[in-house]
Amino acid sequence: MAHIYDMIILGGGPAGYSAALYAARAGFDTLVIEKMSAGGQMALTDIIDNYPGFDEGVDGFTLGMKMQAGAERFGAKSEYGEVLSVDLAGEVKTVKTDSGDYQTRTVVIATGANPRPLGLPDEATLIGRGLHYCAHCDGRFYKDKTVMVVGGGNSAVSDALYLSRIAKKVLLVHRRDTLRATRVYHEPLMKASNVEFLWNKTVSDVVMGDRIIGATLQDVKTGTSEQVLCDGIFVSIGRVPATECLNGQLPLDDYGYIIADETTRTAIPGVYAVGDVRTKALRQVVTAAADGAVAVHFAEEYL
Amino acid sequence: MAIIHVTATNFAEIKASEKTVLLDFYADWCGPCRMVAPILEDIASEREDIIIGKINVDDEGSLAHQFGVVSIPTLVVMKNGEIVHQSAGARPKAQILKLLES
Repeated sequence: MAHIYDMIILGGGPAGYSAALYAARAGFDTLVIEKMSAGGQMALTDIIDNYPGFDEGVDGFTLGMKMQAGAERFGAKSEYGEVLSVDLAGEVKTVKTDSGDYQTRTVVIATGANPRPLGLPDEATLIGRGLHYCAHCDGRFYKDKTVMVVGGGNSAVSDALYLSRIAKKVLLVHRRDTLRATRVYHEPLMKASNVEFLWNKTVSDVVMGDRIIGATLQDVKTGTSEQVLCDGIFVSIGRVPATECLNGQLPLDDYGYIIADETTRTAIPGVYAVGDVRTKALRQVVTAAADGAVAVHFAEEYL
Repeated sequence: MAIIHVTATNFAEIKASEKTVLLDFYADWCGPCRMVAPILEDIASEREDIIIGKINVDDEGSLAHQFGVVSIPTLVVMKNGEIVHQSAGARPKAQILKLLES
C-alpha cells in the first residue's frame, strides 16, 4: 500500500508553508511539493515592508526560507518536483509529479501565479536577450541605458521608479491614458525627470538586432504603429494563476483563478485553494499566509 | 565535483576542461539566483563528470558582458570550449540536468 498523507500542499510560497505549519502543528502528516525553492513570487522580491513583525523589512527569499523552516520544525516534509497532474475526485487523491506519485486525503492548492507574458510569438526565446519580467533581478544591467516598462499597475510603476534610478531613461508604455497604480506611487513617478509616458499604447512586436533594440508600439486609439528604440523591455502587465496541473477539475473564474470564498474550500470536498491562485480581493504575502491557516481549519473539520 | 568560483583569471583554464562545464552567472542580491544555488550544489555533489563554475556578475562584469548576460541567473553549458546552450532564468533540477545533455 502506498503511503497516504493527511495533506499535500502544492506550492511552497507563503500560503503553502503557512498551511504546512498549521497542518503539521495540528499533527497532520503533511507534505509540501515545490517545483524549485521555497518562497514563490515572494522570493523574487527585494524587500518586503508590509509583512508584520519585520520592523526593518525582510528580503523575500529569506522570509520564504524561514517559513519553510518553521513548518518543518513541526514535521512538515518538502519534496521538489513539478506537479504534472492531480486526481482530486474520491477520498484518496493522487498527485503525479516528475519525481514520483503521491496519495493524500486532502489537497491544498497554493500554486500561485506567474508573470503575464506580452503574448508575442516565440516570447520565451527573448528572455535573456532583453525581455524581462523582474526589474529587481535584471535592472542593474541597464545602468545609463534606455529601458521600456510595460504596464500601469502598482508593480509596473514600482518597477519604473526603481529603474529610473539606474537607467538613463525609462519609457513607460501603458494601454490606457491614466495609471491604475495607487496614488502613493504617482507623485514620485511624475517627479522622476527621466521617465517618459507613452499612453494608449501596447507592444505588438519587438525590434531585434543581436538582441532586443526596441519595440513596435501600436496606438490603441488610432491603430497606428511606430518603432521605439530601447535597450531592454520590462513587462509588468499582471499575473496568470498557475492552474495547468488541475486539468479543469475545479471551476475557475473569468481570469483563471480558482473559485473559492474566504473559507478556501473549493467545489471538491477536501480540496482547498489558498493564496494568489484563489479568487480574492487583495493578493499579498499576509493574505496568502492567512489563507493557509484557514484552509487547515476547514481541513480539520473535513478529516 | 566542487563548485569553482570563476574569475577572468581562471576562466581560460575552466573553458579548456575536457569535462562538461556548467556556468552560473549570478549575484548575491538576486532571488532567483539564490533559488538555483542549492540545486547546483546538489548537482555538483552527484555528478563527477561536470564542472560547475559560478560567476558573480558584480565582480566579473567583463565575463558577463562577453557572454551577453542581461538576465540572471543565466546558465551556460560548454563542451570542448564551445557554448552548446545558454539561457536565462531559474529552473528546477530536472530541467537543469536536461540542459547538460544539450
